Amino acid sequence: MTLSPNSITAPRKRRSRQALAPWLFLAPGLAMFLVYVIVPVFQSMWVSFFDWDGLSPKTWVGIANYIELIDDEAFYTSLKNNVIWLALYMLAVPAGLMIALFLNQTVRGIRIYKSLFFFPFVISQVVVGLIFSWFYAPDFGLLYKLIEWLTGSQVAILADEHLVTYGIIAAGLWPQIAYCMILYLTGLNAVAPDQIEAARLDGAKGWKMLWYVVLPQLRPATFIALVVTVIGALRSFDLVSIMTSGGPYGSSRVLSYYMYEQALSEYGYRMGYGAAIAVVLFAIMMIFISGFIWKMWRDEQGAR
Amino acid sequence: MKFTKTALVGALMLSVAVPAFAQQRSLVINTDTSDPAPKAAFDALIADFEAANPDVKVTVNLFDHEGYKTAIRNFLTADSPDLANWYAGNRMAPFVKAGQFMDVSDVWAENGLNESLASAASSMTIDGKQWGVPYTYYQWGIYFNKDVYKAAGVEVPKTWDEFVANCAKFQAAGVDCLTTGSKALWPTAGIFDYLDLRTNGYDFHMQLTSGDIPWTDDRVKAVFAEWAKVVPYTTANHAAIDWQDAAALLVQGKAANYVMGNFAVATFKDGGMTNDSLGFMPFPEITPGLARAEEAPTDTIHIPAGAKNVADAKKFLAFMASAEQQTKMNETLGQLPINKDSTVGDDPFLKAGFELLSTADGGIAQFFDRDASAEMAKVGMEGFQEFMVKPDRIDAILDRLEKTRARLAK
Repeated sequence: MTLSPNSITAPRKRRSRQALAPWLFLAPGLAMFLVYVIVPVFQSMWVSFFDWDGLSPKTWVGIANYIELIDDEAFYTSLKNNVIWLALYMLAVPAGLMIALFLNQTVRGIRIYKSLFFFPFVISQVVVGLIFSWFYAPDFGLLYKLIEWLTGSQVAILADEHLVTYGIIAAGLWPQIAYCMILYLTGLNAVAPDQIEAARLDGAKGWKMLWYVVLPQLRPATFIALVVTVIGALRSFDLVSIMTSGGPYGSSRVLSYYMYEQALSEYGYRMGYGAAIAVVLFAIMMIFISGFIWKMWRDEQGAR
Repeated sequence: MKFTKTALVGALMLSVAVPAFAQQRSLVINTDTSDPAPKAAFDALIADFEAANPDVKVTVNLFDHEGYKTAIRNFLTADSPDLANWYAGNRMAPFVKAGQFMDVSDVWAENGLNESLASAASSMTIDGKQWGVPYTYYQWGIYFNKDVYKAAGVEVPKTWDEFVANCAKFQAAGVDCLTTGSKALWPTAGIFDYLDLRTNGYDFHMQLTSGDIPWTDDRVKAVFAEWAKVVPYTTANHAAIDWQDAAALLVQGKAANYVMGNFAVATFKDGGMTNDSLGFMPFPEITPGLARAEEAPTDTIHIPAGAKNVADAKKFLAFMASAEQQTKMNETLGQLPINKDSTVGDDPFLKAGFELLSTADGGIAQFFDRDASAEMAKVGMEGFQEFMVKPDRIDAILDRLEKTRARLAK
C-alpha cells in the first residue's frame, strides 16, 4: 500500500488501526474460546451448587454437593489414584529422553526405528487400552501366563484393587513415553553442534556432557514434555473407561472418570455432583497450569 | 363455458382428493433394537401394523443399544418421537416423574390389557396409572452344564443347602461351582436378587430396592450370609472378565452353574452346547414355604409427552399388545410374550421359562438395576462385586450402601 499524503498527516488514526488489527485477527479464536471454554467453566461452577438430574427443574442446594464430596470414599479413591497417576506419569519424561538420546544417531534405517518407537502414540488410546487388557487378561493374557509360569500364582491385574491403577498407568505410559521421545528428538536437532564440539575439546563426556551441555539446551523440550505429561495424567479417562470402567468396585477410578460416572453415565445423571467433582479437578489443574503460565511469562520477561 | 366449469369442478375435486391421498399420517418410533433378532421382530411388527393401517407411515430411528440410554434423555426433551422403547419398573420412573412419558391407562382399559398383560401390570404402574406397554420379557435362573454334573456325580439340587453341598464336590473335581463375570457389574445383581427373593421374599425385596428398608437390616445381612457360603466356590477372577467369558467357562466344563438370563442360551449354544448338555433350573429354595418370586426384566414401549401423533401411537401400542403380535415377535426374539393368550416357541428353555413365570405366585421382579433407582443400582452392584472379592468387608460395604440409600431417601 502506498501512503497518500493524507494518511501521513493522520498518524493517530494509523496507530489506532495498528492497535486494533491484532484484536480483529484474534477475535474469532477468542470468541470460540469464550463460548466453548470460559463460559462452560463458569456454568459448571454454577451447576455445582444445584441438585439436578438434567431433566427436572434444578434445586439450589448451596455447597451441599461439596460437603457430600468431603465425606465420599469414592472421591478419595479417585483423588488418590490421580496423585498416583501424576507421580508415575512423570516417568515418561526421563524415559522419553533416554530413548531419544539412544535413537539420536545416524545409523542406516534409523528412521524406521524412530517410527516404530513413535508408533504407540499414533494409535488410538482405545486400542492401547484393549491391547493391554488382553495382555493382562486372565487365562490367556501374555503377562498373566508369564507370571503364572514364573511364580506359579495367578494374578489378574485388572481385578486386583491394589494393582489395577498401576496396570492402567503402565498402559498409559507406553504412548506417553513415545510422545516425550518425539519432543526430545526434535529438541536434539536444535542442539548446537559447535557447543558439543567445544565441550568435547574441554574433555566433557558421558553424564557430565548430558547434564551440563545437552540438557540445558533441551529446556524448552523438557518444559513442553512436563506440561503435556501433567495434563495427560490429570485428564486420564479413556484408558480407565476402556480397561476397567473404574472397577473392580471403583478402585481404579480417577476424578475425571468419577465425574463422568456421576454426571453422564447410565447410572448417574447427578449433574450438580458431577460438576462439583469437575470444579475440584479444575482447581487441581489450575495449580499446575498457573505454575506453567507463570514460568512462561517469567521466561519471556527475561528474554526481553 | 360449460367445459371450463366442468374442468374447474374436476380440478377442485382433484385438489381435494390429492391432499386426502397424500395425507398419510406419519408415526415416528425411536428404538434401541439394533441387535439382529430384536430388529427383525420390530421390522415384522411394523410391517404388519402398516398393512393393517395403510394410512399410517411408520418411520423408525434405530439407535445403538448402549448409546440409546443417553440419547433418550436428549430426544425426549428436544425432538420427541411418537413412540420410544424403554424398560419397566423403576427404570421408567425418572421419565414418568419428569412428565416425559404419557399416561396410557386408557389404552390398557380399552383393550383389556389389565387382564391379558396382568403379569407385567404392576411393573408398568406408577401412581395407579400405566405409562407404557410391555412386549417381551425373559426369565432368569441357573443354567448348568449337565456333563459336569454327571462327571462329578452330583444330583441337580432342589434346595440351597443341597446346592452349597454340591459346591464342595465340584471343587474336589476342580470345577468352579458357580461362575460369573462381574466386570460389567450387573451379573452380580442377578445373584443378589435371587438370594434376597429366596431368603426374604418378593415384598421385602421390593421394599429394599425402592429404598424403604435400610441396608444394615439384619435380614439383608442374612442374604449376604447365604451368599458367603458360595463365594469360595465362585470363579476367582470374575471381576476381570465379562459375562461372555464366564459363559465360555461353563461351555468348556470349567464351571458348573451360572446365574443368568435366558438371553445367554444363545451364547451357550454358539459355544457348542446343546439341549442335551445345557440344563436350566429355577434358583433353589432357601427359606422354606416362601411364595416363589422370579426375575423377568421387561422391555416396553412408551409414548413421549411431546409426541405429535398420539392417536396412532396408541393404536400401535394396542396392536403390539395383541396375543397374535406378541406370539410372533417373541418367536423371533427367542423370549417370552407377556400376553397370557400368546403361545411360546418349541424351545425347552422358553417352555421352562413360561412355566416358571406363569406359576410364580410370589411376584415378578424386574432386575436390581431396574427395581432400584439408577444411583442405588450402581453403588449396590459395586458393593456386590466387592463382597464377592472381599467377603469380610461386608459391614463396610453395607454401611456405604446405606449411606447412599439415606441420601436418596431425602
